[in-house]
Amino acid sequence: MSAVQEARWDEAYNFAYLDEQTKRMIRRSILKAIAVPGYQVPFGGREMPLAYGWGTGGIQVTASVIGPDDTLKVIDQGADDTTNAVSIRRFFSRVAGVETTEATEEADIIQTRHRIPEAPLREGQVLVYQVPQPEPLRSLEPRETETRKMHGYAEYGLMHVRLYEDIARYGHIATTYSYPVMVNGRYLMSPSPIPKFDNPKMQGNPAIQLFGAGREKRIYAIPPYTSVKSLDFDDHPFEPQTWDESCALCGADNSYLDEVVLDDHGGKMFVCSDTHFCEDRRAKGHRGELGADPAALAFARTADEGEAQ
Amino acid sequence: MTLADLKPGFADAVFEAQAGFRALLDAFAYAGRITTVDLNLDPPAPLDVAMAAVALTLFDFDTPVWLEPAVAAGSVAGWIRFHSGSAIVAAAGEAQFAVVCDAAAMPALTGFSVGEDRYPDRSATLVIQVPSLTDGPVTRWTGPGIDGSIEVAIAGLPDDFWAQWDDNHALYPLGIDVIFACGREVIGLPRGIKVEV
Ligand SMILES: [Zn+2]
Repeated sequence: MSAVQEARWDEAYNFAYLDEQTKRMIRRSILKAIAVPGYQVPFGGREMPLAYGWGTGGIQVTASVIGPDDTLKVIDQGADDTTNAVSIRRFFSRVAGVETTEATEEADIIQTRHRIPEAPLREGQVLVYQVPQPEPLRSLEPRETETRKMHGYAEYGLMHVRLYEDIARYGHIATTYSYPVMVNGRYLMSPSPIPKFDNPKMQGNPAIQLFGAGREKRIYAIPPYTSVKSLDFDDHPFEPQTWDESCALCGADNSYLDEVVLDDHGGKMFVCSDTHFCEDRRAKGHRGELGADPAALAFARTADEGEAQ
Repeated sequence: MTLADLKPGFADAVFEAQAGFRALLDAFAYAGRITTVDLNLDPPAPLDVAMAAVALTLFDFDTPVWLEPAVAAGSVAGWIRFHSGSAIVAAAGEAQFAVVCDAAAMPALTGFSVGEDRYPDRSATLVIQVPSLTDGPVTRWTGPGIDGSIEVAIAGLPDDFWAQWDDNHALYPLGIDVIFACGREVIGLPRGIKVEV
């Protein structure tokens, strides 16, 4: 790219909002994060124009990676049309002028909160996770100096004890979100609050997975084709969530399902949490048991509504 | 050196740095694969475009840089100082980045910082310019970023380089990381990669 870009973004800002010094620092942190999969690299972030909880860490990572020719997808709980996802998409349209999409397969960069898309990712795609709490040991050990030491010497006994206490109390490991994983056989890592259903997708994924925590100013990563094992025990192996139901709209029996209440009389249905995946299946002719029911379809958000701003 | 002798940096710092970084991200993430740095640069000798792109993309006043003595004696030190603001350090152990253009004469890897137990990110990244990324002895790489294994044939390295790399890899998660540069191409070698000769 030799010619100066014709600006397609709001030129009151530097491209992608961050100044170049901040991007360079974050870029260096990302490369070290790739070099040590699962290790939390501290970075000196600058404050973002969004409150914490709105994905500032993910935004900083995306802003440091994204270029003018990239296409961006943003999801929140699997949906492209929640306030959080729409705000972040609008932010990057404005400060970077990039194209946005809801189609997982069309996106170069996918910023996500709480889900990994159902559609398989491909090489070259970058999945950016928004992380509220990067430290998987924090609930067990509040002191950063101590958790850093535990990671430094791979002393993860505390976490095993906690999971085992779950088994003693409930008969199984009760953790369903932020289920801890061991990355490349060395670092204990929080996958961010994705459901444990999504954990197996991190293993050996061809895409680049980057995690940004804004408040704690940490970046970590899973390179492509990297071992990611959910913690478990020989007599209590890891098991992702399963459902007896299939998606009421598209009939999928292999996706993460959300329960939707239909009426005041206990009527409910289960639908795909990944709205694009569900729409794509319906567009291809797949139908669930309520797939032709107008009332049920009213709950299904369409791509057009999702892009309304 | 006068300002008139000074070779240019990026023509468009924002977009060229972004393009340079994406190439490096891919190179680090997909270790062992040749990644093209698609930029037009006019760097000072002996830097190739890829080596210059790494410097302009990643170096700044926060990153002490060590230059191989032959490079430090030429115009490269002034070019890096001018465009990046990096301090050029004489002690290899203090460097966050090292620039090596004559790989055959490079110092031992053990001279560079491998990071600390609690902060393995505080290790040096060596950028090593080589005569070819494909014509050297064939090595077999495995590790994060590689689907199975990949054959890599980097030319111009010291005979004991891969033995040194074995020692570096054994320090994991500590260790240095390497970027090989040649012409407009790079290959990433993060510390987690095991290399069989
Ligand atoms: Zn569905």
